[in-house]
Parts: sequence; structure tokens; C-alpha cells
Amino acid sequence: MAAFLFFLLAVTCVGSVLAMIISRNQAHNALFLVLAFTCLGGLFGLLDAPFIAAVQIIIYAGAIMVLFIFVVMMVNLRQGITREKKKWTLFFSGGLAIVLLVELILAIRGTFFALGRTGGEKTGTPTELGRLLFTDYLYPFEITSVLIIAALVGAIVLVKKGAKE
Amino acid sequence: MIPISYFFVLSIVLFALGILAFFIKRDLITMFMAVEIMLNAANLAFIALAKAAGSLHGQVIVFFIITVAAAEAAVGLAIILLVFRQKKSIKTEDMRLMKG
Repeated sequence: MAAFLFFLLAVTCVGSVLAMIISRNQAHNALFLVLAFTCLGGLFGLLDAPFIAAVQIIIYAGAIMVLFIFVVMMVNLRQGITREKKKWTLFFSGGLAIVLLVELILAIRGTFFALGRTGGEKTGTPTELGRLLFTDYLYPFEITSVLIIAALVGAIVLVKKGAKE
Repeated sequence: MIPISYFFVLSIVLFALGILAFFIKRDLITMFMAVEIMLNAANLAFIALAKAAGSLHGQVIVFFIITVAAAEAAVGLAIILLVFRQKKSIKTEDMRLMKG
């Protein structure tokens, strides 16, 4: 059952990313990405990380992609992006991606069977994650909240109309 | 029980697809989406490692990555909107100058 779910989610995820590469409509791209991120959320759930799975679906598939769709709506290109003229870019970047893939496979090949379960049976329940966040990771947590405030203020200042005049 | 290596393979396939999408796409928004795909591939590897090592630290790092990605998306999309206001285009071919 778990294996079936894994392959279903993995194939859907990779398929929707491929569809995003092929499609030239940005709104469709954003929706394909929502599908891919939702599948990733399911995979996180398979890996004993229920809280991160919920965060992935709420924040990524929800908030961030809605932001993308809003920007696509505001940019509102009448004509779609035309097909790429230079064919060699496709081959060059395809070759680059394949080289990177082979390199990464070679890099992780040694770890395929070396890893075993070393720690205890810890699962990613909100209680345990919260305890870790507010003890070991307290400073990163606070710094992240400062970062969020800075990003929000920065984004609003950047797009505010007539700030100079 | 699914081997952890399957998750690694999926993660690196997603990362390579993100690289591919980043290089062959010609509009800023889709290139930005490709960056998000790469971030998510890294997240998947982190969570698989957390499961393999039986510790929660990988999940906490993913939590931070998602938070930083949200901040990055807000600022990046604001910059894309600014570029569109100035150039009336978000194609990369139209952006050749550092100065507007």
C-alpha cells in the first residue's frame, strides 16, 4: 500500500513538473506546480512527517502559489510567451541537467544501503517539533521572524506606487 | 516499507528537472517557479534523511526552508512586478541592460 502510494505520488509529481516545462501558459504552470507540491506533501506524510506535510500544503500549495497566481494575473500578458527560437539552448540545458543528474546519482550511490535507523522512534508530531523549535532552534526561529518582517516590509515598499513622487 | 534511496532518487530527479526548467524557460515567473521546485527537491532529501537517521532535526530545517521560501517569494515577485512596470515585459530577452 505504501509502495503504491509512493509510486502514484512520485509519478504525478514528476509528471506535473514535466507538464510545467512543456506548457507555455503561466497560469497553467502555477496550477501544475500546486499539484506537484501537493504530491510532495503526501510524500512527506509517507516519511513520518505529518506536520511538515500540512505546512507544505497550507504554505506552499496554498499561500505561495496563490501569490504566484496573483502576479500572473497582474502581469497579464496578452500573447503567450513565444516558443524558444534558439534550439541549441534546449539541447545545451538538457545536457547540463542530465550531467547534473548523473553526478548527483554518483554522489548518493554510496549512501543507498549504508543508512540505517540509528535513533529512536521519533515522529514529526507538532508537539515534538515545537519543543525542538523553542529549545535547540530558538535563535534561528527568532531570526526567521525578523526575516519575514523584513521581507514583508521590503515587498510592500518595492511595489508601492508613487513612493518617489 | 519503501527504501529511503527511492526518495533520494525522486529528489535528485526533481532537482535536475528544476535546473532544466530554469534554463529553457524564457519568462521570469516560470523561472522563479523552477527555483521553487529545486527548493522542494532539497526539502524532500532533508525529510528522507531525517527519517533514515531517526531524528527530527531534518524536519526542523525543512520548516525553516519553507519559511525562507515564503519570504523569498514575496520579495522576488515584487521585483518581477517592478521589472514588468518598467519594461512592460517579463521575457528574459528584453532584459539586457543593468541600467533601466
